[in-house]
Amino acid sequence: MSTSYKHIVTLIKKDLLLEVRQQYTFYGVLLYVASTIFVVFQTIGGEPEGFVWNSMFWIVQLFVCVNAVAKSFLQDSKGRMLYFYSVAGAGDFILSKIIFNAILMAVMSLISMLLFMALLGNPLIHIVSFVGISLLGGIGISLVFTFLAAIAAKAQQQAALMAILGFPIIIPQLLLLSKIAKTAFDTAIQPSLWQMVMVLAGLDCLIIVLALILFPFLWKD
Amino acid sequence: MRKYWWKILAYLLLLTICTEGFLVKVPVLDGRLQQSIRNTFFHVPMWFSMMIFYTVSVVYSLIYLYKPSHKSNDYAVEFARIGAVYCILGLITGAVWATYQWGDPSVWKSDPKLIGAALSLLIYLAYFVLRGSIVDPDNKAKISAVYNIFAFAMLFPTIWILPRMATSLHPGGQGAEGNPGLNPNDASRNVSIFLWLGVVGWTLLGVWITTLRVRLQLIIEKKLHG
Repeated sequence: MSTSYKHIVTLIKKDLLLEVRQQYTFYGVLLYVASTIFVVFQTIGGEPEGFVWNSMFWIVQLFVCVNAVAKSFLQDSKGRMLYFYSVAGAGDFILSKIIFNAILMAVMSLISMLLFMALLGNPLIHIVSFVGISLLGGIGISLVFTFLAAIAAKAQQQAALMAILGFPIIIPQLLLLSKIAKTAFDTAIQPSLWQMVMVLAGLDCLIIVLALILFPFLWKD
Repeated sequence: MRKYWWKILAYLLLLTICTEGFLVKVPVLDGRLQQSIRNTFFHVPMWFSMMIFYTVSVVYSLIYLYKPSHKSNDYAVEFARIGAVYCILGLITGAVWATYQWGDPSVWKSDPKLIGAALSLLIYLAYFVLRGSIVDPDNKAKISAVYNIFAFAMLFPTIWILPRMATSLHPGGQGAEGNPGLNPNDASRNVSIFLWLGVVGWTLLGVWITTLRVRLQLIIEKKLHG
């Protein structure tokens, strides 16, 4: 158990190190975030209403996540994958990818939220809870897309296929997230808020468990 | 026809539904529902059958991952296919019913259960796209089996849990009373009988179509690989 923990930490450190050295991945996603939000800003014109702000935010999150996760899986070539296969267990590998993408998405969520507030005004009332929701949401979306990227990587047609596979599956999660996030805009408290958050957290756990169980089958290649 | 007893049963059941279903006495309630309650014999069994087919498909996917064989792969695909067809039929019958029950004859209404059904259709269509994009048959079977299991697990929150939590036009959501599927106190005896006959009949029809397709696939493979 402790060796497995060490493997995971090492794999995550490897990814982080790659990010710091070959900075083009991180800055690439950052640029994508900035450009998308800028396009939204230009097309909307003024400062939008709360619910428009909310829906735009989650759409941007979705596309940023697809991009970020695709990049993080694309950079490992076939030879390197074989090396990892011989060195680390399947569960460790997918867990490290999940954690790394979750961290990446969390950072991106914060940055995109700051940019949204800067460019499109700040209709938020409960800022702290929105920060929490966007972190939870970003991590949740990244979980689904990490696993789908693993599937798409085996099918050799990464980004487009990942998007096709991912959008239907992610929509209920997005609906839940935007509903929960709406509460940050109103002063009224919605009655079933914690129930929805629990459902979301449960969904995330389900995805992680599924990924851990199913990834070894993909790995044997 | 091989093993024809259940096929004849399916034929007879569906014949009954399509004739008696329109003639049998049903309780005529308020002004809107009236005779269109007969749609329960068509619409609801579609969804039951769809869930049954998707479940069988996932079971065959699990079997494939545990012990790979062409047979379990074929079964998984064909059951997913017939499930998707029944999903489309369910949406169509639902749209027909909705024009009478819910008012204007627009094709789409923003109701969570409808959205869930459409999403499940999209998920399984993506399954077929995934299969189409992989060339190597063993790889295809393995990856699509993994996706099938993942998609099925995500199906449950989508079409069962979330619509119950949201306000919905369907019975069972917030703001409407009743159990979405089966409330024995809700339906008269005639409606219940025909509902269950319908479920059995439509499911058996789907199984018949699927087994024919699987046999076709097996014959094609035998011819190709000698």
